[in-house]
Amino acid sequence: MLKLNQKLLVFFASMLVIVVIAGCSSDSEEGSGEGSDQPTYETWKEKDPEEIEGDLTVITHRTDIVDTVYQEYAKQFNEIYPNVNVNFEALTDYGGEIMPRMNTEDYGDVQYIPVQVPIEDIPNFFEPMGTLEDMQEKYLGVEERQVDGTVYGIPIALTYTGVIYNKAVFEEAGITELPKTQDEFIVALEKVKENTNAVPLYTNYAAGWPLTQWEGAVTTTAGNVDYYNVDMLDDPTPFDQGDPHYEHYSLMYEVAEKGLIEEDPLTTDWEASKVRMNNGEIATMVLGSWALEQIQGAGENADDIGMMAFPTDAEETIFSLGADLNISINKNSENKDAAFAWVDWFIHDSGYSVEQAGGISASKDIPLPDALTTAQEEGAQFEMLTPAPDDKQGLLDEVDKESEVGLWLEPNKKIIIEAAIGNRDETYDDIMKSWNEDWSAAYEEIVGE
Amino acid sequence: MFSKLSYKSQRNIIIVAFLIVPLTLLGTFSFLPVANMFWYSLTEWNGFSDKEFIGLENYKTVFTDPEYFRVFTVSLYYFFGTFLQMSLALYFATILSFKVRMKNFFKGVIFFPYLLNGVAIGFMFLLFFQPDGGLDTILGLVGLGDFTTHWLGNPDVINISLAGTSVWRYMGFNFIIFLGAISSIPNDVYEASEIDGANRWHQFRYIILPSIKIIVSLNLILAISGALSAFEIPYIMTGGSNGSATFVIQTVDTAFKYGKIGLASAMAVILLFIVIIVTAVQRKFFSEDD
Repeated sequence: MLKLNQKLLVFFASMLVIVVIAGCSSDSEEGSGEGSDQPTYETWKEKDPEEIEGDLTVITHRTDIVDTVYQEYAKQFNEIYPNVNVNFEALTDYGGEIMPRMNTEDYGDVQYIPVQVPIEDIPNFFEPMGTLEDMQEKYLGVEERQVDGTVYGIPIALTYTGVIYNKAVFEEAGITELPKTQDEFIVALEKVKENTNAVPLYTNYAAGWPLTQWEGAVTTTAGNVDYYNVDMLDDPTPFDQGDPHYEHYSLMYEVAEKGLIEEDPLTTDWEASKVRMNNGEIATMVLGSWALEQIQGAGENADDIGMMAFPTDAEETIFSLGADLNISINKNSENKDAAFAWVDWFIHDSGYSVEQAGGISASKDIPLPDALTTAQEEGAQFEMLTPAPDDKQGLLDEVDKESEVGLWLEPNKKIIIEAAIGNRDETYDDIMKSWNEDWSAAYEEIVGE
Repeated sequence: MFSKLSYKSQRNIIIVAFLIVPLTLLGTFSFLPVANMFWYSLTEWNGFSDKEFIGLENYKTVFTDPEYFRVFTVSLYYFFGTFLQMSLALYFATILSFKVRMKNFFKGVIFFPYLLNGVAIGFMFLLFFQPDGGLDTILGLVGLGDFTTHWLGNPDVINISLAGTSVWRYMGFNFIIFLGAISSIPNDVYEASEIDGANRWHQFRYIILPSIKIIVSLNLILAISGALSAFEIPYIMTGGSNGSATFVIQTVDTAFKYGKIGLASAMAVILLFIVIIVTAVQRKFFSEDD
């Protein structure tokens, strides 16, 4: 009898622990909108704004404005949808922090599609937002992450890459006309070095990610919107001399080799660089249009800061419009109506894309900002990249990851700079050769299958 | 009901009841993740898609590609830094356990860096190593201005700079443990030795060192496994660029930059085994002496 009691006690004690643990991870399977034939993206619009209610969790990457601008957004949103309670969660490292959470069902109601998710896996995590056909009529850039004709996210903005420069420094250096070709650009930087105290081109090497901004301008160097998603995929060795990527990064190498960058790249500081550029201590930085406003706001000389096209030897100067993160809705969300309302409001009414992301809105109803219309008049073209053909969707990304070339990652760009300033015994050609080798090995493995 | 049980069964119940909570925590947060990691290391997985079982393929990749192991040479800098760190810590701990003016102040100064957040230290030293930054200024003031270089920009010096930062940071931890161990030595022993004519060196050599031998070996194990898995300081300061990548940085990049969770798990498992082996070898080595 004693023995039994003892065992029972142990049993109860361990049951208690199990129940406590299980209680923490109880999952509820009821999704809203089930039972009706229509998808949620159509049904929610039929409801009255006052009928839509719930606690909405919106995940964002903008840690800098989550307590200010976003709170204002929530207020404005509540004027139309008074019964939705919006909470924000800001992640410092969006891509890294969302991945583990996406292995559970708890990753907010509204978030972005992380670029790391392979395109064919998107439907496992996110709620459909409409057919590609319908969505393309209304929005730009939705084709990039569509799966089998269904759209799962809308870009929060479309931005373009170029060279942000300080007009006052250029004037002091004696540059009268904006450089158009790579050679002219280097001559201009040399003038800056000779005639001013400013750093000709600040790489922001230490932060790393600013180097990846260069990749956004490859289309400008290629002078062809088909290059990135179409032509490049037919070439197992896309980094040969004469190929756009080779020519593109040769500028990075040459600028660093000629000492036209900061003295010690290892100790750069992104936050300080914005202030220094505003003060005229830095002449140029290669960045996306989203950075323009941040640099203008970093000091008193907002009027000195301008943006020019990335130098190119191609006949046409193309600013390629790239989609920023795609706003999306959790498939497991219990507040899908409210989530759709937020997405709709955020894209159309928040003004985020222009005011906060320095780009243009994905919604075709919203006109281009002034800055772009003037550039357009001067002959620059703003164009979307041609999407990859159906049978090759996601291939570029797959080859890129497998080969570890990392087109949109910094390690290999850092190597270019290191080699250029003499920290490595590699020439530019050696680097491109190794990219080619890694790329073609991965290409063979994936395409050859 | 409880009081009717025999003493022995009461004791057993209490033992089990008290152990359940820590064991569950240990299981949930240590063993389960490690078991998962073993499982991931046998799959090809990008963190989102379905996992594909590929057996030992990931281990083969790591062991056949010299790229993945080359980074262990960087660990050597931290490994040698460890010995410097231990001897400095032991030196200061010994000195400050004797009668010294402003003893507590110095104790505080030495222990303080360990309390600082690693990110803050990273940024502090970034400024310190900048051209014309703190270090260059100090060298200039003492007339060693010719020795200045790009402390992080020069690939020959970068790992020394980073390992130095690491020594600065973790020395306080070793120091405080040594200090605690030394203060457990009774005062009579010193007094007796003084009567016998021992000087400070003799006291250190024949009293302090033998008394804290086990603590020294413990610190050494911690420091060496720390050197193998050095991560925080180089990751924050340079992100592993310019030849400063350590094995852990490479693992993190593999997992989160290139989306190869399976391969990265295999690398993590390999590091785990290396650390276990090093620890086992050291324990054997030190226990034979006893």
